Amino acid sequence: MDPYEDPPLLSLRGFSKSFAGQVALDRVDFMLEAGSIHALLGENGAGKSTLIKTMTGVVPRDAGTLCLGGVEIAPRSAAEATRAGIATVYQEVNLAPNLSVAQNLFLGRQPTRFGFVREREMRRRARALLAEFDIDIDIAAPLGSYSVAIQHIVAIARAVDLSARVLILDEPTASLDAHEVEVLFGVMRKLAARGIGIVFVTHFLDQVYAVCDRITVLRNGRLAGAASAGELPRLDLVRLMLGRELSAATAVRTPAAAGGDVLATFAGFGKAGYVAPFDLTLRAGQVIGLAGLLGSGRTETARLVFGAERADSGAAVVAGRTVELSSPRAALDLGFGYCPEERKTDGIVAELTVRENIVLALQARRGVFNPLSRREQDEIAARFIRLLDIRPPDPERPIGLLSGGNQQKALLARWLATGPRLLILDEPTRGIDVGAHAEIIALIRRLCAEGMALLVVSSELEEIVTYADEVVVLRDRAHVARLSGEAVEVSAILAAIAAESPALRASEAAE
Amino acid sequence: MKRLAPVLATTAVFLIGYLVCTLTFPNFASLRVAMNLLTDNAFLGIVAVGMTFVIISGGIDLSVGSVIGFTTVFLALVIERAGMPPLLAFVAILAICAAFGALMGSVIQYFDLPPFIVTLAGMFLARGLSFLLSTESIPINAGLYSHLADYALRLPGGARLTVPAMIMLATVIGGALLLHGTRFGANVFALGGARGSAALMGINVGRSTVLIYMLSSLLAGLSGIVFSLYTSSGYSLSAVGVELDAIAAAVIGGTLLSGGYGFVLGTFVGVLIQGLIQTYISFDGSLSSWWAKIATGLLLFAFIGFQQATLHMARRGRLRPAAGVAS
Repeated sequence: MDPYEDPPLLSLRGFSKSFAGQVALDRVDFMLEAGSIHALLGENGAGKSTLIKTMTGVVPRDAGTLCLGGVEIAPRSAAEATRAGIATVYQEVNLAPNLSVAQNLFLGRQPTRFGFVREREMRRRARALLAEFDIDIDIAAPLGSYSVAIQHIVAIARAVDLSARVLILDEPTASLDAHEVEVLFGVMRKLAARGIGIVFVTHFLDQVYAVCDRITVLRNGRLAGAASAGELPRLDLVRLMLGRELSAATAVRTPAAAGGDVLATFAGFGKAGYVAPFDLTLRAGQVIGLAGLLGSGRTETARLVFGAERADSGAAVVAGRTVELSSPRAALDLGFGYCPEERKTDGIVAELTVRENIVLALQARRGVFNPLSRREQDEIAARFIRLLDIRPPDPERPIGLLSGGNQQKALLARWLATGPRLLILDEPTRGIDVGAHAEIIALIRRLCAEGMALLVVSSELEEIVTYADEVVVLRDRAHVARLSGEAVEVSAILAAIAAESPALRASEAAE
Repeated sequence: MKRLAPVLATTAVFLIGYLVCTLTFPNFASLRVAMNLLTDNAFLGIVAVGMTFVIISGGIDLSVGSVIGFTTVFLALVIERAGMPPLLAFVAILAICAAFGALMGSVIQYFDLPPFIVTLAGMFLARGLSFLLSTESIPINAGLYSHLADYALRLPGGARLTVPAMIMLATVIGGALLLHGTRFGANVFALGGARGSAALMGINVGRSTVLIYMLSSLLAGLSGIVFSLYTSSGYSLSAVGVELDAIAAAVIGGTLLSGGYGFVLGTFVGVLIQGLIQTYISFDGSLSSWWAKIATGLLLFAFIGFQQATLHMARRGRLRPAAGVAS
């Protein structure tokens, strides 16, 4: 089909949106052809979800026009968008798991006679509808008894049956296994063949190339590029997403530390559907960076190492002893510390003071029956406020009133107060100003020099190469490359992210 | 059939209980006792049907006992003191109750308040109002009342299917059809199973919530009418704590307190089990009637344990593989 002859199925022009002065979308254009599967890609904060929400009327847009089949429309809610023909299926399936599959397909529009639902007719139609997707299941069973993949397909079937012409799939594959993804792709291709335009949001590059015709990349709320999938090599796509030129990145590197004693080794460590089994060795005085795109398994790896998720394969050996990392508590006892990515939700307790936040982990480790005296608390807080230069240097100020960088330092202080042997930092420099970046990086180096082992997740590749002695690159929930020494540079990381090579195989020797 | 397991279990418990009663007291095995069981628990059965809807939708209605009390006082006053024809009084009180329920539903929905608090307020309000109307028990002597109280379908063995029993059976059947056979019923389940998704699936959540509490209060009003027929009087202290009996009946009948799952028929059997315990105690004669409460409490524990066990098992054996997919 020549896109210049017919009007595109869906066209967005000049979409803009700001939240409280922050530009989330800046004059973004987007074209979707009938019968095509169109990937919408971008890193965190690129504006993908804002684009989808403004497109479907969930969030009002500041500017821009939306045309469906050449006719301008302006839906003001998800329901209106659905009526107009734009349906969205989210990662979290928005159906009722306790109702039968048939009820879910037809809820609110069941065939009735004299006010009563014609159960048999509804089931017949449900079976017919699902047969179009080559799915033959007991449609009288509750939806919740089926796998997420089936639930997704039911949600898609419902959306399509509501006369959708445009189907938006927001990360439908995030929690599916390989076989289920194939089934879903089959459904998508079938729908595309029927002339439905599909917008596919995902973090998995392999999937993009497996199923999509076109790719649109957003970055920082702007359109970074749009091309047909065949004309956009992986490396270029990664560059578009990350916005970096390979040549531009040669940051100053400290020579790789030799690394001290082995602190912990993980062999074949992993969890099905979460992170593929990986091998990892952490040494005292060494920084290991985890790099990859959003959703590639970086944070997941960190959480497994900390015991926040329980691994279902492999073994962990810490200081020569095989350990069961079954909970964060166990990891704490081993001398691990973890600064999560979402400071606001997982880290700080905004209402408590800086002092209380700093002593939190130490107190937790000591237990309720061994409370820190107020004098000890004051000493600890004062020491770390001085050491990390937390500003303002007032231990009694609620931490929520501090800047992002200082909150991050206080969080670091919380873990440092416990005297950890291993500190896991997830995006330590996210959301803090540039000056604080440098301080945090300097701090990471200092901690490392003091003999602590560090595992740092970061999407700032230029930063990661300045402090990491070894970088593990992740893609599609698997460790795909390990770079160390002179090989740690931005171009090598980018190449590994974009490569099509299979995942590093974890050694089979578990014991 | 697996989904019906809780109801079947409840029914089995009822049948076993009935068998035990029959073995202890041979007189138990008569149609007459069975019919009395229906009559004596008619008001509870009616109100428990409404409670089933509310609980399945993920809510709770603590006001129903007070609404019953208020209804009996209101009826006694307007019929005896104001001379209103009973039928007109019935229509009036049902309208008042429906409006009261709609009000509670609206507050829950539009002020986004927990049903527990809103209906707790409704409970105090309705009870307080009935005390305001009258603190003493008022006998109702209207002709229609004695006529209705005497009327019954005569069955063999001296058994009588009374008007309260008939109203309850009609309510149970009607409630079961409404819950399991209509779009409204499906919406009730959807609300309890996934409130957030229900709106995204195009269900008018506000309207459904208001309707559910309206239905519950309406049935409480109907239950009050039956109660006043049964006792031929109106008293502001009547039906204290009935809301808890109704909740117990629903839970024993297999309704999940967390919402999204339940059966009207199960609730009906739950009511019968509670009635059975009462009847056993009155047959025995020497037992304190508080044993009924103790037995109900134990049963509740047993059934909640049973529910958790089946839920747990269902979760383990869950996730049917995507094997049904022909590719």
